[in-house]
Amino acid sequence: MEGHDFALWEKRVDALMVLCGQKGLFTVDGLRRALEDMGEEAFEKYSYYERWIAAVNQNLIEAGVYSIEELAARMDEVAARGESYGEAQSNG
Amino acid sequence: MPHDHHDHDHDHFHHEGMSPSGHPYRGDNDGPLTYWQRMEIAVRELMLEKGHLTPAEIAAQIETMDARSPANGAAVVARAWIDPAFKARLLANASEASREMGFDIGPLHLIAVENTADTHNLIVCTLCSCYPRNLLGLPPDWYKTRAYRSRAVREPRTVLQEFGLDLPDHVTVRVHDSTADMRYIVLPARPEGTEGMNEAALAKLVTRDSMIGTGLPRSA
Repeated sequence: MEGHDFALWEKRVDALMVLCGQKGLFTVDGLRRALEDMGEEAFEKYSYYERWIAAVNQNLIEAGVYSIEELAARMDEVAARGESYGEAQSNG
Repeated sequence: MPHDHHDHDHDHFHHEGMSPSGHPYRGDNDGPLTYWQRMEIAVRELMLEKGHLTPAEIAAQIETMDARSPANGAAVVARAWIDPAFKARLLANASEASREMGFDIGPLHLIAVENTADTHNLIVCTLCSCYPRNLLGLPPDWYKTRAYRSRAVREPRTVLQEFGLDLPDHVTVRVHDSTADMRYIVLPARPEGTEGMNEAALAKLVTRDSMIGTGLPRSA
């Protein structure tokens, strides 16, 4: 099949969006609103799924699913696991 | 031993050149961890821990996504070519007609636009990447580029020429801008000389690009 072979992390972002929609946590309109709120610069600087994970995260925080502090703590923890995406998978 | 390695820097991967077994190394998630990848891992783990998602749901969704391909859309197009009643239903309500064939369309409004002798349709999402992914799979890279998204509406004929489609001047080009909840799929015209072909054989003529409008079906 033609086209870009998406990286695993990108497919996971896509899956997160679809599943959050199915579970009623937020809608595709919420995704779009967060994307538009990022401003023009984000569209120049960040890749497609980079913007998506930022928008998914924004919606989940707004929905109260987790707090920004929880996110920050977890991201720090992930960074401490290793220097590659593969190494950073192991949780605990 | 085949798995011995002589890399003194065990914390990092230096997969360049050839492996000891003479195969080129393949990329395997060993680029530097980015900020956004960290965010993806963190968001996913928090969702799992709070009971909103399960790992199996995420895996199943990725599998579903990987399994979607333009073959789904091609099956719909071929059915419309051989069954006038189905074609009428497809043009009236493409979501319902696709569901009739067993394709999950989700909550989207799907609209099929028909190419005729005097009209050629082209789909784009000027804002981002909305695409009839349930019937075509994930969009190709070029569909998401700024160049395609802006030029498809500004100079569609030039864009079509770059895809190898030289349309005569008398053919009207209609460009359809997709939105988050409204997607388009092009119903290309059935190629001439295919009268004797069955549905399965016809489906093989239907390319992804012919359903985006940047191409035509293969000839018989």
